[in-house]
Amino acid sequence: MSVLVIAEFDSQGLKPATLNTITAAQQLGSVEVLVAGHQCQAIAQALSSCPAVAKVWLADDVQFAHSLAERLALLIVERAAGFSHILAPATSFGKNLLPRVAALLDVQQISDVIAIINADTFKRPIYAGSLIATVQSRDAIKVLTIRTTAFDVTASQGGSAAIETIGSTSANAQSEFISASLAVSARPELTAAKIIVSGGRALGSAENFDLIYKLADTLGAAVGASRAAVDAGYAPNDFQVGQTGKIVAPELYIAVGISGAIQHMAGMKDAKVIVAINKDPDAPIFQVADYGLVADLFEAVPALTQALAH
Amino acid sequence: MKILVPIKRVVDANVKVRPNDSQTHVDTANLKMAVNPFCEIAIEEAVRIAERGVATEVIVVCIGDTKGQEQLRSALAIGADRAILVEAPTDLEPLAVAKALKALIDKEQPGLVILGKQSIDGDNNQTGQMLAALCGMPQGTFASELVISDGKATVTREIDGGLETLKLGLPAIITTDLRLNEPRYASLPNIMKAKKKPLEILALADLGVDATPRVNTLKVELPAERSAGIKVASVAELVDKLKNQAKVIA
Ligand SMILES: Cc1cc2nc3c(=O)[nH]c(=O)nc-3n(C[C@H](O)[C@H](O)[C@H](O)COP(=O)(O)OP(=O)(O)OC[C@H]3O[C@@H](n4cnc5c(N)ncnc54)[C@H](O)[C@@H]3O)c2cc1C
Ligand SMILES: Nc1ncnc2c1ncn2[C@@H]1O[C@H](COP(=O)(O)O)[C@@H](O)[C@H]1O
Repeated sequence: MSVLVIAEFDSQGLKPATLNTITAAQQLGSVEVLVAGHQCQAIAQALSSCPAVAKVWLADDVQFAHSLAERLALLIVERAAGFSHILAPATSFGKNLLPRVAALLDVQQISDVIAIINADTFKRPIYAGSLIATVQSRDAIKVLTIRTTAFDVTASQGGSAAIETIGSTSANAQSEFISASLAVSARPELTAAKIIVSGGRALGSAENFDLIYKLADTLGAAVGASRAAVDAGYAPNDFQVGQTGKIVAPELYIAVGISGAIQHMAGMKDAKVIVAINKDPDAPIFQVADYGLVADLFEAVPALTQALAH
Repeated sequence: MKILVPIKRVVDANVKVRPNDSQTHVDTANLKMAVNPFCEIAIEEAVRIAERGVATEVIVVCIGDTKGQEQLRSALAIGADRAILVEAPTDLEPLAVAKALKALIDKEQPGLVILGKQSIDGDNNQTGQMLAALCGMPQGTFASELVISDGKATVTREIDGGLETLKLGLPAIITTDLRLNEPRYASLPNIMKAKKKPLEILALADLGVDATPRVNTLKVELPAERSAGIKVASVAELVDKLKNQAKVIA
């Protein structure tokens, strides 16, 4: 049987999270991808050239613009028959949409899968990653969200899957898109970045967060933040790394003025190399840091930026 | 308009949990329990809407262990009007929770349901979306702002790329994100008053829900520990290590 992956994309293009999800799906069977949106022909085209994709379903309709869950869920449920598994990335897109699909199918979804043991058995973190559960689904169709950091991106060149256009009878006027304010940044996207510099409460103000931006730009890095820094308004919400924010696994994660609460570490402890800059030698972040620098960030960060600038 | 607020009893966010000896489940015996933090935000939001005169009654409901009465009392102390405890197994799955909540919605007919976006024990992030599906209602998940007017809910949502605003017809399902509000502390007089507010106890069977588990937990284990590295003495040493030892920067 085949596996259905729900593609995530926006007007800028395909989200890399879709490519991680396809890698997970490949471990379960032949992969078919659903592209549902408005004016998304190019997305379908891009996915059809992934060698791992056997077929692309394209539902291009104005009613699917902005990925409203009410409408997409009905469409997916209409197409679900014949698939053994339905997968989406565990991003804000997948988290919003897939449980709605699962409930309509009377299936208990499994969230945030980090390993696929076999067709019905999976590993997933619980309690902010303090524990790993191995769970077995008894449902006929398995509905899974995939933690993208646990799976590589699939190759995106060389394939030529057929694209089949589908219509939909679903209609729903209960929810209406009003607006979006999306961060525009020249920096890499947080969840796909090789290097991340994150700032915490210790920065003290939005102005001081400039120190983090300067260091990040010197390294070509993305910028992250702790919840405390976001709550205080030093950084926007889409910067939050952690249990209830974004999960990241860059090559290098530099935590500046972040204590290392379990909820923060849940989002970054799979980074390859962790650097911590904190003035408290007993800060818990040092327990996971490969390189710890006990220092005042207001001296260390500018010095580091300067040292790296040449 | 009534507002229904489902709240979960969970291990306190500051407590470290461990598997039991045979690694079959999480050992929660004798741990400090609390209202799931996202549910506290949901209670606060509902109470604020009622205080503005937009809602007439806030009903809190907890499904699980009978000790959930403690968490319901704290919700009543924040300002909810009435509570319902549905006695059920503590590890009920989100789909079963959603089915039980749907039965209560059919009975109570709320105009708005506000849940947390995620329970911090199971980290599922499912129940609100499932409930919306079962009720055929629109959903506004991960809300950081909520305005009710003219029979519509305008919801600003925290999404990966920034913020998004949707307008939903009522009744609607909302799930809270961290920035929606800052929950108040209950005052002593309100804690005393809460003891006299109505708290109804139901059994899951009364709601006609089939709660047979769909997912078996085969094992619960600690993750591979990351070991601490070294302390460097200076910025210069840090740069040297990153370039020449870790080789993560050029
Ligand atoms: C339900 C729930 C969900 C949560 N989700 C998340 C999440 O997703 N992500 C997240 O990050 N948190 C989350 N949290 C919050 C988490 O528990 C912590 O409160 C938060 O991570 C702390 O942020 P911080 O490290 O920036 O601040 P603090 O803990 O206050 O740490 C500041 C650090 O800066 C150091 N410092 C101070 N001044 C200087 C200086 N001049 N130079 C160098 N160092 C200095 C201090 O020694 C301290 O270690 C969540 C909490 C709950 C309850
Ligand atoms: N047993 C429960 N009783 C009441 N509400 C619950 C229960 N489980 C989950 N919820 C609600 O659903 C939200 C999301 O939980 P979850 O889907 O488990 O992450 C929680 O914040 C609660 O508002």
